[in-house]
Amino acid sequence: MKGKMLVRLNNLFVKIFFVIFIMLTSNSVYSEENKSEFIKNNWSFQGVFGTFDRASLQRGYQVYQEVCSGCHSIQHLSYRNLSEKGGPEFLLEEAKAIAAQFEITDGPNEDGEMFNRPGRLTDKFVSPFSNAKAAAAANGGAYPPDMSVLAKARKGGADYIYSLLMGYEEAPAGYELDDGVYYNKYMPGHKIKMAEPISEGVVEYIDGTEATKSQIAKDITVFLVWAGDPHLEARHKMGFKVFFYLIILLTLVYLSKQKVWSRFGSKEIEEDEAFDKIERVVTEYEGEDPKTFK
Amino acid sequence: MSEEKYVPKSKLAKWFDSRLPLLSLSHHLRSYPTPKNLNYWWTFGGILTFCLITQIVTGIILAMHYVAHTEHAFSSVEHIMRDVNYGWLMRYVHSNGASMFFLAVYIHIFRGLYFGSYKAPREMIWITGLVIYLLMMATAFMGYVLPWGQMSFWGATVITNLFSAIPFIGESVTGWLWGGFSVDNPTLNRFYSLHYLLPFLIFGLVVLHIWSLHVPGNNNPIGIEVKKNSNETMPFHPYMVMKDLLAMLAFLLIFFGFVFFLPDFLGHPDNYIPADPLVTPAHIVPEWYLLPFYAILRAIPSKLGGVIFMFASIFVLVGLPWLDSSKVRSATFRPIYRKFFWVLVVVVILLGYLGAKPPEGIYLILARIATAYYFIHFLILLPLLGRYEKNDPLPMSISDPVLDKPGAIDKFKEMAGKYEGENVSTFK
Repeated sequence: MKGKMLVRLNNLFVKIFFVIFIMLTSNSVYSEENKSEFIKNNWSFQGVFGTFDRASLQRGYQVYQEVCSGCHSIQHLSYRNLSEKGGPEFLLEEAKAIAAQFEITDGPNEDGEMFNRPGRLTDKFVSPFSNAKAAAAANGGAYPPDMSVLAKARKGGADYIYSLLMGYEEAPAGYELDDGVYYNKYMPGHKIKMAEPISEGVVEYIDGTEATKSQIAKDITVFLVWAGDPHLEARHKMGFKVFFYLIILLTLVYLSKQKVWSRFGSKEIEEDEAFDKIERVVTEYEGEDPKTFK
Repeated sequence: MSEEKYVPKSKLAKWFDSRLPLLSLSHHLRSYPTPKNLNYWWTFGGILTFCLITQIVTGIILAMHYVAHTEHAFSSVEHIMRDVNYGWLMRYVHSNGASMFFLAVYIHIFRGLYFGSYKAPREMIWITGLVIYLLMMATAFMGYVLPWGQMSFWGATVITNLFSAIPFIGESVTGWLWGGFSVDNPTLNRFYSLHYLLPFLIFGLVVLHIWSLHVPGNNNPIGIEVKKNSNETMPFHPYMVMKDLLAMLAFLLIFFGFVFFLPDFLGHPDNYIPADPLVTPAHIVPEWYLLPFYAILRAIPSKLGGVIFMFASIFVLVGLPWLDSSKVRSATFRPIYRKFFWVLVVVVILLGYLGAKPPEGIYLILARIATAYYFIHFLILLPLLGRYEKNDPLPMSISDPVLDKPGAIDKFKEMAGKYEGENVSTFK
């Protein structure tokens, strides 16, 4: 009986190994040079139960607004998202006030004229430039990427963004840099056209948190991860429920399957008998006269 | 258990069934006799049916919100992810579902290879399966183009350019695929149209695949034909239905693990950058399930040669039932084939790994060796094995009690080995 269990277990391991192997090879596929070098942080949104830190998200919005939004758009976010569940969860009134700070070009009106009006919750985040060409022209030819899904669009995701913000350094001796190009430890190729965007005290946090460089980098990173994946919390929650449900269902189906199969000539007993018979045969006839073998 | 003929119980049923035998069909599907010794590798057919239906259902819902236009495609996908109720769920199930579909189909194919399910009289099951696989690859490729990210665009550029290598008609074919002079809006539009069409062709072929299965009946891990009117078979419902369901739920745990907790793990980050024809990504790579073919493509020094070998790597499988001339189906009784089977598995995984690496240095050399081995396996090793391999003694039937379970077979062989030279046929 023990042998049988072992064989089964062994088979199971082989199967699991096979599946995992495929998964891993497919993963290693994309892991390139400097992925592991990024500074690791314990992000609260990681893991099965990961959620965002609301205060950090709200500070992150402030950093985006005061520092990044001069050059970077987030065209897929709407102001209403700021008050939605799973996000920074500003109060509805606060989100309305934020939206109203911006001027939106709307129209045409009945006279066929475009007009300006204050922003509403339903408006998308206002972009700093009217198009990518204008953005590039204003930034020395380098287009500041839209930040909507930036955290998903870079290897390393959150760690990459945080590391990049912390990775500005003096270029090593003998390293040639053109005008308007900066050295960054974590940028692929180490050359970046964005000047170091954050430094200690570059924002004054409304909630009184001390605005150290790493705090600012963390907050904006969290904000960008949320901006790229606003339903992350809902996804994690549903995932947990789905697993809970599946495991119960799996157990019930397993039991029903055993019950149904037991109807069929009690297969288990047959197997056990067969196995016992083999063991008996093997032990009995080991080194014995094969002619008596049956 | 044998299959009994359906006898309608009521007059109405009799009237209906004699005109449109749906009731007979339903009866057949329920009572279809399956070998009792099918293991869990045989549950992937059901899992694949589930995958196809999931892809079609989520795909139809996504199509309600997606805009097939170069200006709007990327934004419309983000719109689905953000603003459509449970749009993120639909899209993540659909994108990870493609990966799961291929994971299952690869297991399904390798199961067929191991247990010799392609051999007579099941050649048509194998061939319809290969056509399904080809269509799956075309569908998945075109689906990957739809979000119009960087990998979408450049993947489409690389793959459509391949066709230009075909002599004489190549340029026309490429132009026809593009609908213009480069990958652009017409390309996206026709890919969308075809991406919607092909799954229904696949569905039709699945019907043929199952039909051709139901003529000879299932192969089984022992590879000996079952006796139809015996206790060697059991009706599909409820036995196999329950087993398939159990396996499917276990499979769903992996599937949903990706969907809910690692939804972008199997994708490439570059595809979250909107397509830009002026910026080429550092490495253009297809999705993981196409990587082995990508490796073969790049292993051959000439463009046309690469294309030929890439397609040949699939078409060689069509000839497999005749290339493998061994009459013994299951690798369980083919000691040498069994080893080569695992070598092939490793080689294919290696090709997948190499497909993601730049084609230079050691990677290129390995890719060439692996490509050569892939073809040697099917074109040289299998015909030779069919002629010279000495198989282990075969049991008389699948219900030979000593052969019922894993482990038992090994012991059986161990014993048979000990008594070689003796009269093995008396061994029972």
